[in-house]
Amino acid sequence: MTPPTPAPPPPPPPLEIHDLTVTYHRRPVLWGVDLAVPAGKLVGIIGPNGAGKSTLIKACMGVVPIAGGWVRIFGSPLSRAHRRVGYVPQRESVDWDFPVSVMDVVLMGRYGKIGLFRRPSRADRDIARACLEKVGMLPYANRQIANLSGGQQQRVFLARALAQESDLYFMDEPFAGVDAATEAAIVTLLHELRDRGCTILVVHHDLPTARNYFDMLLLLNLRRVAFGPTDEVFTYELLQKTYGGRLTILSEVAEAVRQHGAPIP
Amino acid sequence: MKPRQPTALLAFALLVVFAVLLAPAAEAAKIGELTGNSVRDQALRFLTLRDPAVRYALAGSMLLGISCGLLGAFLVVRRLALVGDALSHAVLPGVAAGFLWSQTKDPFAIFVGAVIAGLLGTLVVEGIKQTTRLKEDAALGLVLAGFYAVGICMVTMIQRLPTGAKSGIDKFLFGQAAAIGPRDLQLMAVVAVLATATVLVFYKELLVASFDAAFARSIGYPVRVIHYSLMLLLAFSVVSALQAVGVVLVSAMLITPAAAAYLLTDRMHRMLLYAAVIGLVSGALGCFLSFLGSNLPTGPLMVLSGSALFTAAFLFASRHGVVTRWWNHRSSASRVRRENTLKTVYRILEDRKFHGEGVSLRELAERRRETIEDANRQARDLVRHGLATFHPADLCVLLTPVGRQRAIELVRNHRLWELYLTHAAHIPADHVHEDAERIEHVLGEDVVRELERRLNYADTDPHGRPIPTPNAIQAAGPVETTRRPPPGYGL
Repeated sequence: MTPPTPAPPPPPPPLEIHDLTVTYHRRPVLWGVDLAVPAGKLVGIIGPNGAGKSTLIKACMGVVPIAGGWVRIFGSPLSRAHRRVGYVPQRESVDWDFPVSVMDVVLMGRYGKIGLFRRPSRADRDIARACLEKVGMLPYANRQIANLSGGQQQRVFLARALAQESDLYFMDEPFAGVDAATEAAIVTLLHELRDRGCTILVVHHDLPTARNYFDMLLLLNLRRVAFGPTDEVFTYELLQKTYGGRLTILSEVAEAVRQHGAPIP
Repeated sequence: MKPRQPTALLAFALLVVFAVLLAPAAEAAKIGELTGNSVRDQALRFLTLRDPAVRYALAGSMLLGISCGLLGAFLVVRRLALVGDALSHAVLPGVAAGFLWSQTKDPFAIFVGAVIAGLLGTLVVEGIKQTTRLKEDAALGLVLAGFYAVGICMVTMIQRLPTGAKSGIDKFLFGQAAAIGPRDLQLMAVVAVLATATVLVFYKELLVASFDAAFARSIGYPVRVIHYSLMLLLAFSVVSALQAVGVVLVSAMLITPAAAAYLLTDRMHRMLLYAAVIGLVSGALGCFLSFLGSNLPTGPLMVLSGSALFTAAFLFASRHGVVTRWWNHRSSASRVRRENTLKTVYRILEDRKFHGEGVSLRELAERRRETIEDANRQARDLVRHGLATFHPADLCVLLTPVGRQRAIELVRNHRLWELYLTHAAHIPADHVHEDAERIEHVLGEDVVRELERRLNYADTDPHGRPIPTPNAIQAAGPVETTRRPPPGYGL
């Protein structure tokens, strides 16, 4: 009788965060966050202003430095996983008068896959064009990015993220300040990506729609309040805990940490 | 993005500069020998490039224009213009220290000292920003003034030293292109080639790090390294330009060409090219003017040349220029006027059920409630643009096929738009005319087709008038062979 072959280890989750702490001017803005996001889920990150929602995804991608804990993407440290991560930053984070065309911006999505010393190839342009088509912005490809409406700007950023052809996406408030048509188009796009097996984390600030848009929710306020399927997490008590309770003690202690310069791991 | 073209042009510009360098050279003349001639002699001497000192000065000025223009373009789009200013003032103590160390005006010692001082200045700015509540502008102001004051004191001290009195160290304040020697030129060439090569090779990295640093970091680009490399190159090019432009104004060579280029184009790679070319031209021009004036300080003249080019860009840039915008507005206003005349001609023909093709000036004047002279002027305008012919015998205009086509389009646009507003937007029929008067001139073919589709190819406007189709005039019945307006319509 042969011993039963051990089952192959399960594939590592797309995103695993352990005891993540991030500080800003020595004040903790994220504190000991644990998270393991299963593959193929559309996850909303919600919480009050200053809860560290943007900081969380920025820390995951190495955009802001980590004070403690670790982040693993598909089981490997971030430095080896950049190619599998796509990012949609907040719209206001860039200067829309910058002298680039819509096409130039979308091509930036290919930069992570193009080696050093190389320029985007014809294939890269074709991909960029297809992504623009997908978000309905192909007619604008050769326009300069100034004079686009908020919704159009967001579509350009989405096209750039699509051009990254990643498995794990981080999106920072993609619904902020866009028109209803764009919002609907983005939701459709997110669902499509999810159905193709991508994992998507979206910072969101509109509670009523959060319930319909996302498979899972992360309730965040300096620390992780709750994480789970939307039906289980979207409850009065948990939302109260995230928003209403104000977690005053936690933020007071964070302020004290800043003032006294106490060591944070 | 078509990077090939600017690559080739930049390479060409560099080639030209090196050709100037490689022209048969005699011993370099000394600074003092260049003064004393008349303006005409100086101009001749400059333009023939006989004199090696002139060649050095010109080549150096052009090289510094290229490197300052290229790097300045990144400063302008990243909104770091003031960083360039602070950096260029912060190098002065380094220049003085380099001089004291080598006891001569050794370009290499001065270069090293100045680069160190410049980088120290940027580090102090960063330090102030990170450890205090002060924002960048205040930190830059502090460093700029502080370092510059130290530099001025040191330069004054050097001039009191026996070795320093005739050293020409004071030339570093306002610049003297004539003081560029072969070793200075080597240094400038190295810096210009380095700057050009870096921009060409790392264009993609510099672009994404400048436009969206967070995104660049998310795809694993070393944004900090890119930033500091840019600052280092900036320090190099500022320092290499000191000899010719001077500490006080070198930042203008970073900002002015780049700012002019920014007005001229909407694409980064073209902006880089334009900035380099404008920098090169301002450098050469400033150098020339300085020779004409028997060694006036070169820095202010280069900056003036750059500012003149900026002013030209400000006034005449194809999209953002003040004069261009005024001109476009004017020409579009005259097009609208012309098209309105065309429409009037059509309306007159329509009212006559298209009997007789000619429209007399009197009819035109009456319909537009104008004098015959005005009608005449407008008729001439139609003729000038090939939209009509004028028949002096009958004093009437006759639309050409092109004119007829355009007239039908305009009336069609007008009536379709009125119909669309009343139907789709539910605006009362008596409110839509004014709007259609403006819209008719701008509707494109695609939009018109879309309007037709949405309006189910309707053929009557809200006021009951027919919407003409492209062959309306022919379809309106037998065309009279005579050009003459029917009886009673003539003059």
